[in-house]
Amino acid sequence: MSAARRVSEARAGWAMSSPALAAITLFFLLPAIASLFLSFTDFDIYALANLDNLRFVGFQNYARLVENPLFWKAMTNTLLFVVVGTPFIVALSLFAAMLVNSRWLKWRPVWRVALFAPYVTTLVATAVVWRYLLHTRYGLVNYLLSLVGIPPIDWLGSPNASLPAILIFVGWKTFGYNMIIFLAALQTVPRELDEAARIDGAGWSTRLRHVTLPAIAPTALLVSVLTVAGMFQLFAEPYVMTQGGPSQSTVTILYFMYEEGFKWWNLGSGAAVAFLLFLCILAVTLVQLRLAKRGGAI
Amino acid sequence: MSARRWTVTLLAALVALLTVAPLLWMLSVSFMAPGEAAQFPPPLLPADPSLDNYRTLFGSFGIGRFLANSILVSTLATILALLFTIPAGYAFAKLRFTGRDATFRLLVAALVVPGQIGMLPLFLELKAMGLVNSYAGALVPWLAGIFGIFLVRQYCLSIPDEMLEAARIDGASEGHILRRIVLPILTPIIVTLALFVFLGSWNDFMWPLIILADQQLYTLPVALAAMSREHVQDNELMMAGAVVTTLPVLILFLALQRFYLSGLLTGSVKG
Repeated sequence: MSAARRVSEARAGWAMSSPALAAITLFFLLPAIASLFLSFTDFDIYALANLDNLRFVGFQNYARLVENPLFWKAMTNTLLFVVVGTPFIVALSLFAAMLVNSRWLKWRPVWRVALFAPYVTTLVATAVVWRYLLHTRYGLVNYLLSLVGIPPIDWLGSPNASLPAILIFVGWKTFGYNMIIFLAALQTVPRELDEAARIDGAGWSTRLRHVTLPAIAPTALLVSVLTVAGMFQLFAEPYVMTQGGPSQSTVTILYFMYEEGFKWWNLGSGAAVAFLLFLCILAVTLVQLRLAKRGGAI
Repeated sequence: MSARRWTVTLLAALVALLTVAPLLWMLSVSFMAPGEAAQFPPPLLPADPSLDNYRTLFGSFGIGRFLANSILVSTLATILALLFTIPAGYAFAKLRFTGRDATFRLLVAALVVPGQIGMLPLFLELKAMGLVNSYAGALVPWLAGIFGIFLVRQYCLSIPDEMLEAARIDGASEGHILRRIVLPILTPIIVTLALFVFLGSWNDFMWPLIILADQQLYTLPVALAAMSREHVQDNELMMAGAVVTTLPVLILFLALQRFYLSGLLTGSVKG
């Protein structure tokens, strides 16, 4: 009786999980693995029309990419987004979380929802909004800056300002998500510890460094890993706001992959870009985890 | 004491105002007359609020079609994702079968791989299946939601085994247990998951941009991006388009935020 029940339980387990597993295999794992194989072929518009035109070309796609200046431009732009954007967004999120977590704060839920709201908005729609907010002559951002005497900045038209402009938008769009994660961690910091440090005369910054930050270090790591992954995946932002310009200053890896694959139909080369992107994300994540282990955060 | 209370609250109010300002501005400009926003200093409120931009959008631009497409795709994505992930998440948490734990570890490891990595082969695969340029093609990624399985499993772990055993002893079939006993308990996480998938598929841009070639099939974000490239100068019209695109999900979130935020924490504090 019990053995029969066990068999029926196992059968039910497979029956319930196999549709999802089949879909994941077919539409997620297989394509991801196929990407590697595709990157060793010259799959292009001719192969798209007739598979007889498909040839195995070894590392030729990778060799071509290394010689392509636009590829390196996309790589450096993306690395800039990672290196500049991650600390900026993590700091912004932590600041917001500490503000909302403050014991002096009234009507906490209201502020929490308001700060989180940008995260659930449609990226394309708010990118369109920010394109106008950042308008050189009529944009609200430059208007606010003019009130404190800063001359108008050509946010989306100058190669030096375009990256910060997109980062401001991405920061605005995503900090609410990280803030919620930080908030959960901050609530586990014992109030008594902070209180004791305060009575001992420790100032705000001392308490931040010696009480709060050590307690939330694992969360800070999690948030930074998530943010780095997000920075590697910027696509709609440059697509809508700058179309990769001006002078290719906002072409990201994913934007480059999209153009290689679906504008020029160089699918072999596009797959090579995708695979390199994956390696980058994996490498950075592993380095962060290693650093965290050495630092004793986890 | 009270002074500090007000300083902190005032600061929070200021930060919150700055954060929602772009959304309020979007709403305000959408009611302005053509060209009205292009002034210095930029006007904050419409001089003579009107719905003309919305009339143009739904009239000559046919945004109603894209709105309907978005509603259809997101609704179907949500239903399909729930049908695929809930039984799987429950099975991984509560049913003993060979290979379960190894498979689950593999799924968790696969969470590191961003979906964009396989986009080009997936496109070719769907082309071979004849699903390029169809709603079905746009729905496919939502069937393969590892995150959803993870979320449901996490929640199912708290269901006591004795409850399921008792039902088995009473002769209930496994399918019956899932439908009659487990599903009612899962209601909060189902709402959360449905909300995640609906918002995620509504806001999704890159995949529908790739897979939907025919303008008649465009979802709102794809249509809005195309429109904004053609009508860069029509500030007020574009703001109305942005409102139509983002207001539905914003309202949905505000109405169900409790479910959204709690699910977000279950999902992020993983492992």
